Amino acid sequence: MAADIRPKRPFRWHIGVFLAPAVLVYTAIMILPLAGTLQLSLFRNVEQHQVFVGLANFRTLFGDPNWSVGFWNALRNNTWFFIIHMLVQNPIGVMLAALLSSPRLRFAAFYRTAIFVPTILSFVIVGFAWKLILSPLWGVAPHLMDLVGLKSLFTPWLGKEQYALTALSLISVWQFVGIPMMLIYAALLSIPEEVIEAAECDGITGLAQFWKIKLPLILPSIGIISILTFVGNFNAFDLIYTAQGALAGPNYSTDILGTFLYRAFFGFQLQTGDPNMGAAIATMMFLIILGGVCVYLFLVQTRLRRYQF
Amino acid sequence: MTTKRLTGKLLTALLLGTSILGSAGAAFAEDVTLNIESWRGDDLAIWKDKLIPAFEAKNPGIKVVFAPSAPTEYDAALGAKLAAGSAGDLITCRPFDKSLELFKKGNLADLSALPGMENFSPVAKSAWQTDDGKASFCVPMASVIHGFIYNKDAFDKLGIKVPETRDEFFAALDKIKADGTYIPMAMGTKDLWEAATMGYQNIGPNYWKGEDGRAALIKGEQKLTDKDWVAPYEELAKWKPYLGDGFEAQTYPDSQNLFTLGRAAIYPAGSWEIGLFNTQAQFKMGAFPPPVEKAGDTCYISDHTDIGMGLNAASKNADAAKTFLSWVASPDFATIYANALPGFFSLNSSPVKMEDPLAQEFVSWRGKCKSTIRSTYQILSRGTPNLENETWVESANVINGTDTPEAAAKKLQTGLDSWYKPAK
Repeated sequence: MAADIRPKRPFRWHIGVFLAPAVLVYTAIMILPLAGTLQLSLFRNVEQHQVFVGLANFRTLFGDPNWSVGFWNALRNNTWFFIIHMLVQNPIGVMLAALLSSPRLRFAAFYRTAIFVPTILSFVIVGFAWKLILSPLWGVAPHLMDLVGLKSLFTPWLGKEQYALTALSLISVWQFVGIPMMLIYAALLSIPEEVIEAAECDGITGLAQFWKIKLPLILPSIGIISILTFVGNFNAFDLIYTAQGALAGPNYSTDILGTFLYRAFFGFQLQTGDPNMGAAIATMMFLIILGGVCVYLFLVQTRLRRYQF
Repeated sequence: MTTKRLTGKLLTALLLGTSILGSAGAAFAEDVTLNIESWRGDDLAIWKDKLIPAFEAKNPGIKVVFAPSAPTEYDAALGAKLAAGSAGDLITCRPFDKSLELFKKGNLADLSALPGMENFSPVAKSAWQTDDGKASFCVPMASVIHGFIYNKDAFDKLGIKVPETRDEFFAALDKIKADGTYIPMAMGTKDLWEAATMGYQNIGPNYWKGEDGRAALIKGEQKLTDKDWVAPYEELAKWKPYLGDGFEAQTYPDSQNLFTLGRAAIYPAGSWEIGLFNTQAQFKMGAFPPPVEKAGDTCYISDHTDIGMGLNAASKNADAAKTFLSWVASPDFATIYANALPGFFSLNSSPVKMEDPLAQEFVSWRGKCKSTIRSTYQILSRGTPNLENETWVESANVINGTDTPEAAAKKLQTGLDSWYKPAK
């Protein structure tokens, strides 16, 4: 046999030793809880005992209108939340990065910091501050709009079913626009001077240079940002919870998967928590995010062209 | 989600650690030491300076320690401590299902035969009884009463008489609105629960006749779509024009501030506001119960049982703890408690003398009106969808005008029907 003849390579222990800490920590704090959640979703509490029920919790989630209506509503709202981020946050982030990387801009470092600061603020502060800014009673928003004669356009956005979710999405965009900006900014800086100079020799400058030279070169970064936005948005919870409370009012119009999961898992007021149904919702969130990431990895990323310099 | 679970476990571990240390300290004391579990951290000073010294003076040999935890953590922390056998001897009881669940698990002792329990009416005990009413497991401590607090200076200035009937009530609101100095009513729908608790549950008992309607609803003889249960929503829908600008985004603290700053004339209230309002408002205040339809009609008020105290079934000092609970059931305790916390009224049948005029006004309604508790709290909020949560959402919808009273009632009844089968 060929294998017997070949000289045996010594077992490379150091690989295992060096991987062990990361594998152990990751398993303990990520994989085990995740497996625990998946397991929990297959059980149900019957008379104080956990009983294996197979997929019954999922049948309840999708078959019982008391659960399914809430779930689809949360998923729809969550999708809208994501769309706003993709349409507003990421284009603005790219635009800001393009402006910042322009060599003629003065005070670039100041703008960069100022725009990035909200990202490191706590959700509690952001939620509370915006609630005050938009407050019809003491907020600065109605007053400022009054100064420019637009008072009639002001409505209590956070309290109206048709506006609340969009308003919250834009608050979240305000908070996180710094992240795409920073990533794209770094990508733009890494474009070599020679490429830009070659473009200029060919007479491509200004906006045309951005669209034809720079944008194709930063597409992989935009892809990464999209997937980060996707994962972040479908895991979102904090902003809605701090601004609108766990019932995500008015009339569940700002309910996203995170708040829906919270109410099911931990309960709220007189509603007692149901960890098993909560785990079923968490599992669905995991599958949705997994699906989205797979679509990106297999359909989008493989088609992106990369340039080596 | 994964991090949430982990922090939950960490929290449990931490709590276990601290409670073990705590009980180790107690073991060295000579006297019997009773530990009270509570979520009312706000009351720490009252317990330490007033209630516990009063008890210890009468009962030498028993020491009492009041050990509160944060309201949002209380239920989880208590559950973990009970499971680990390290919970205090005395447990402050949430009303209804949360405590009932503890009793069913055997964590709370049966107190039906405790001396002093005879001082409480059946309505007062209903929050801490089994569904059939046979076993009681917590001593009722306090309730909160709903009504309307008004700005007396504003009423005097505009020459408005305290309204007794609904017509007078709306006439008063119209007058305040026409004058324009004050916002007629300080309430918002942003936090949802204001609309349900200070709105629906406040004015509702007059329509569904208090306990009669509530019991009939539980028995299945009445439905939320019946006239008596839809009518309060119809009145709520009429409140909309009297609320402040942008009330849809007005939060609960906003409403409190609007009123205490003197910018609003009427505040749909719970009596728990009295303490805060007394310190913040610079004007004279009065209160009136929810107006009735015609002068002379029987009035009904929501006198909602809110807090009680039970005995940990695993307590090693059960006898001393029972002595303490009997004292909690006594008029002595009621007098100190009700005066220290104006707005939290003793449920004791013997009348308690209170100093605070606003609190006196609230409690005087017990004499002329019939008491009931919030309709959604007993039994009816056990399933999915949760009736209490849905009532929050729908009450806000009705005031916002996004749902008609009939549509709101229908949604609530359909949700209730999907899981609740009244015992025949």
